[in-house]
Amino acid sequence: MFDFLEGYDVLGAFWMTVKLTALSAVGSLIWGTLLAGMRVSPVPLMRGFATVYVNIVRNIPLTVIILFSSLGLADVFGMTLGAEDFKVQGFRLAVLGLIAYTAAFVCEAIRSGINTVPLGQAEAARAIGLSFSQTLTLIVLPQAFRSVIGPLANVLIALTKNTTVAAAIGVAEAAYLMKSMIENEAQTLLIGAVFAFGFVVLTLPTGLILGWFSKRLAVKR
Amino acid sequence: MSSVLYDTPGPRAKRRNVIFSVVFFVLLALLVWWMWQKMDEKDQLTSALWKPFIESQAWTTYLLPGLANTLKAAALAMVIALPLGAVFGIARLSDHRWVRGAAGTVVEFFRSIPVLLLMLFANELYANSTGVSSEDRPLYAVVTGLVLYNASVLAEVVRAGILSLPRGQTEAAYAIGLRKGQTMSSILLPQAVTAMLPAIVSQLVVIVKDTALGGVMIGFTELLNSRGTLAANYANVVPSFIVVAAMFILLNFILTSFASWLERRLRRSKRSTGAVLAAEEIEEINPGAVFGGFGTGAEGGGRI
Repeated sequence: MFDFLEGYDVLGAFWMTVKLTALSAVGSLIWGTLLAGMRVSPVPLMRGFATVYVNIVRNIPLTVIILFSSLGLADVFGMTLGAEDFKVQGFRLAVLGLIAYTAAFVCEAIRSGINTVPLGQAEAARAIGLSFSQTLTLIVLPQAFRSVIGPLANVLIALTKNTTVAAAIGVAEAAYLMKSMIENEAQTLLIGAVFAFGFVVLTLPTGLILGWFSKRLAVKR
Repeated sequence: MSSVLYDTPGPRAKRRNVIFSVVFFVLLALLVWWMWQKMDEKDQLTSALWKPFIESQAWTTYLLPGLANTLKAAALAMVIALPLGAVFGIARLSDHRWVRGAAGTVVEFFRSIPVLLLMLFANELYANSTGVSSEDRPLYAVVTGLVLYNASVLAEVVRAGILSLPRGQTEAAYAIGLRKGQTMSSILLPQAVTAMLPAIVSQLVVIVKDTALGGVMIGFTELLNSRGTLAANYANVVPSFIVVAAMFILLNFILTSFASWLERRLRRSKRSTGAVLAAEEIEEINPGAVFGGFGTGAEGGGRI
């Protein structure tokens, strides 16, 4: 029944999806945290920059961003990100686009977490003489992170699904393989089921495990 | 001006803030200057590349028809997904275990699959086993993908809306002798819809953004796709991207502003006893796990 799978590297395609997800997740967590730090900082210019970034990037379709990274950044501006191979270049550009897009949502999630930290905590931190960056990194962010694991898990799951957009610039991940498979093979339904199952397997445990963690780690108030 | 994280700045903090502002401004200016330089280097600033956008032809031939298709697909998807989502949202609250379970499975299944896969699949299915003409097929496929995904997201929104109503509403409805169906249709649903309106409008942003997928992957001639044709004609890849991105930003900004205006208005008018749900709040209310078990609504993406 599943003999149509022969000749296709389905596992390899999903491995590509996982790699895209993992790298973009790490990158967007770093960039998103920096943005969140800027968004709550006392310097108006930094606040303004982060706000503008988040509001602009959130409203552009990810497809536009990914396609621009390939047709604009790479083709017009010659940004190859140190890749000689066309495939490697596509992969790196896709990760770049995914980071730029996802960081905006990570920033919003973390900012909502910062708002859950009681005012007294920051007041106490200031009272013992901590500076803004000390208050943020020692007192507020550690608590904020623990309360935003749930929302961040949502972002991670959305990111996993969003990696399929990389197919638009020829990255050989799951959606890309599915497109060529359903065009060449007759078993449309079965192929659809296989790939749907793959994504359920990728996203469902993420949600359950991180959901469990977010309950365990949430600061009880 | 003070916030959770810092006091109203004193003289030293003011000085420090000024220094930070200046440093950050310089960095930002350098970045902008570098980007400008790069644009100039690759001749992206020449007026010939930008001129099409101040003439009417580029708009009437490419951009506006593309925008119209984007809006058409988004509107169709919304109009179909909303009743479907309402049905599934209500089904997930059913007293019968099998209805609850079945609706929950369907909703969670379609929420965990990328929209792009749904579109690709629908496109192929229509090509193989239906008589949909090849002109209409991309639109059908895009709308199908968007409907399946967004109906399941809206099902959660509807459920959150109904759950946000005070329990006394149902109790009072039963007390005056209404049946279950009557309670739902004449008491709970109207109030829930009011509470959900801002969240529903915000979901439109997601739908509008997702139409772009159809443009690239299955040849639906929406805004992003039309950009390709336009750029092929005028050889202005980068300017066309900038203009199209700006159009998307403007469109979605209008939708977001409308949603928050609606939210403020609904909060003020107090016609319903329930809370008004903003898009961001859905995630927190949503108990979401499969079959209503554990988890904190960590499944499926919200507004992303």
